[in-house]
Amino acid sequence: MENKTIKHTSGFWYVVKSLMSGLRLTWQHFWRATNRRTPEYVSDENYFKQADGLVTLKYPYEALPVPDNGRYRLHNEIDDCIVCDLCAKICPVNCITIESVKATEEIGVTSDGTKKRLYAPVFDIDMAKCCYCGLCTTVCPTDCLTMTPVYDFAEVDIKNMIYHFTDLTPEQAEEKKQLLAKQQEEMAAAKAAALAARKQQG
Amino acid sequence: MLAFVLTLVLLLLVVIVLAYAERKVAAFMQDRLGPTEAGPYGSLQPALDVLKLLQKEDIVPAAADKALFKLAPILIFAAVFAGFAVIPFTPATVPAGIGIGVFYLLAIISLDVIGLLMAGWGSNNKYAMLGAMRSVAQIVSYEIPAGLAILSVVMICQSLDFQEISYQQGALMNQFPGMEYDMNWLFGIRELGINTTTIGGITTWNIFRAPILLVAFVIYFIASLAESNRAPFDIPEAESELVAGFHVEYSGFRFAVLFLAEYSMMVLVSLVAVVLFLGSWNTPLPNIGPVSLAYWTSGTVGEVSGILWGAFWLISKTFVLLFVQLQLRWTYPRLRVDQLMHLCWKVLTPVALGVVLIAGIWRLLMI
Repeated sequence: MENKTIKHTSGFWYVVKSLMSGLRLTWQHFWRATNRRTPEYVSDENYFKQADGLVTLKYPYEALPVPDNGRYRLHNEIDDCIVCDLCAKICPVNCITIESVKATEEIGVTSDGTKKRLYAPVFDIDMAKCCYCGLCTTVCPTDCLTMTPVYDFAEVDIKNMIYHFTDLTPEQAEEKKQLLAKQQEEMAAAKAAALAARKQQG
Repeated sequence: MLAFVLTLVLLLLVVIVLAYAERKVAAFMQDRLGPTEAGPYGSLQPALDVLKLLQKEDIVPAAADKALFKLAPILIFAAVFAGFAVIPFTPATVPAGIGIGVFYLLAIISLDVIGLLMAGWGSNNKYAMLGAMRSVAQIVSYEIPAGLAILSVVMICQSLDFQEISYQQGALMNQFPGMEYDMNWLFGIRELGINTTTIGGITTWNIFRAPILLVAFVIYFIASLAESNRAPFDIPEAESELVAGFHVEYSGFRFAVLFLAEYSMMVLVSLVAVVLFLGSWNTPLPNIGPVSLAYWTSGTVGEVSGILWGAFWLISKTFVLLFVQLQLRWTYPRLRVDQLMHLCWKVLTPVALGVVLIAGIWRLLMI
């Protein structure tokens, strides 16, 4: 058996040719540096048609669009909220804190016609705890709790990750509480009076 | 003194442009954007980098040889900067017009090696030591093919004076004292009988005056990449294996000086290539009959027009070569040490010796 050396493609002109093709490649990329990819979502039909051009995205100035069903930062439209507490109950990580105060009379109606009977002195969502599952938006009866397309909301202080959605100032909340307590006192007094009257009769 | 200041300012400007170009060219070749934030299109980036470096702490390792460590960057830069003294920038301007400029340049650049060894060895760091050893081995080896390529130019031109070599490569040749009656022939062959003395332009550049110098130019260019530690011969500072090579322990101002020296070296070797092979400050446009393009784009020697045209052509050609250096860096992978030495000793040196021989014969055809 004769030992044969493996024949590689070699030789001076082959080397020159391959060196030149390397230079041609970088030169082509340099030459096409005036094109830039357009920031489009993957579903766009143009997405896979941009083979050359610069791919860098100047992020804070440009951003890829997010999908419509994407789950990012929560937002609560407090005017439409009936403070039913469903979102806080379904939340798997307990990131929603709600305190409710019964109103002494009807406060108003939400945009879909539901009557509002509760104030929310506290409606906090801790985005640092949130797991972005979207369950709260599913259970929300008035569709006031929604996912927005905002995803860049990092904070230096973690306390700023707690979003407060209440529309009451602490003073207003205190006032509502006192109103409620007063009404309940009156009602209790009326009840007691009615009870006493019934006893007298009986 | 004026020449010193002017050369330094010019060098700093070119280096700043080059540092910016390096980042942008690299970015464009890799489909990136490069610096965009500092100034229009990120053009202030290199200046801000220098400012940042100047604010940094100057760290000298406790176990380093402090005197050598501190002296090395200055020596490296001084060696490279001294090389600029003999480069003719325009027909009338050369910082130090000495008759043995080529010899002086080769000698003074060799001093660079001592600085590299001082920096690498003095740092008392394994990476720095390895980087310095590789760097010195590489530079000392590649000086031989580079020197032989330059020698073939000297044989063709019969001069060691950069300014004389420059004048020979253009239509202004007869204005140089001592060459009033010299003549250029097409491809340097007198027998062809085509006199290109007054045609000038690209026909009288050394690579056309004696086409064998085209081979010498390629050899010199490859060797000059190795001498300035540029990719694909950047094994002395192979980032992936040696961190940063000989200057791994340097910080702040000293690092800035090393960086400056590295880029100055690139500029210097490109300038030398342009002066020796690509017609120096001469225009590439030849005189064609009544359309004397060469004279129109050369100005008058000694006047402002001559200075501006000369500087323009020299610097444009230099930037073309520098661009090629950058492009090579982002095209070719790094050579292994043994491949590097193989290329130098078994390929470039024998070919360069052959070129020297043929250049000698060619010179006989020219007279």
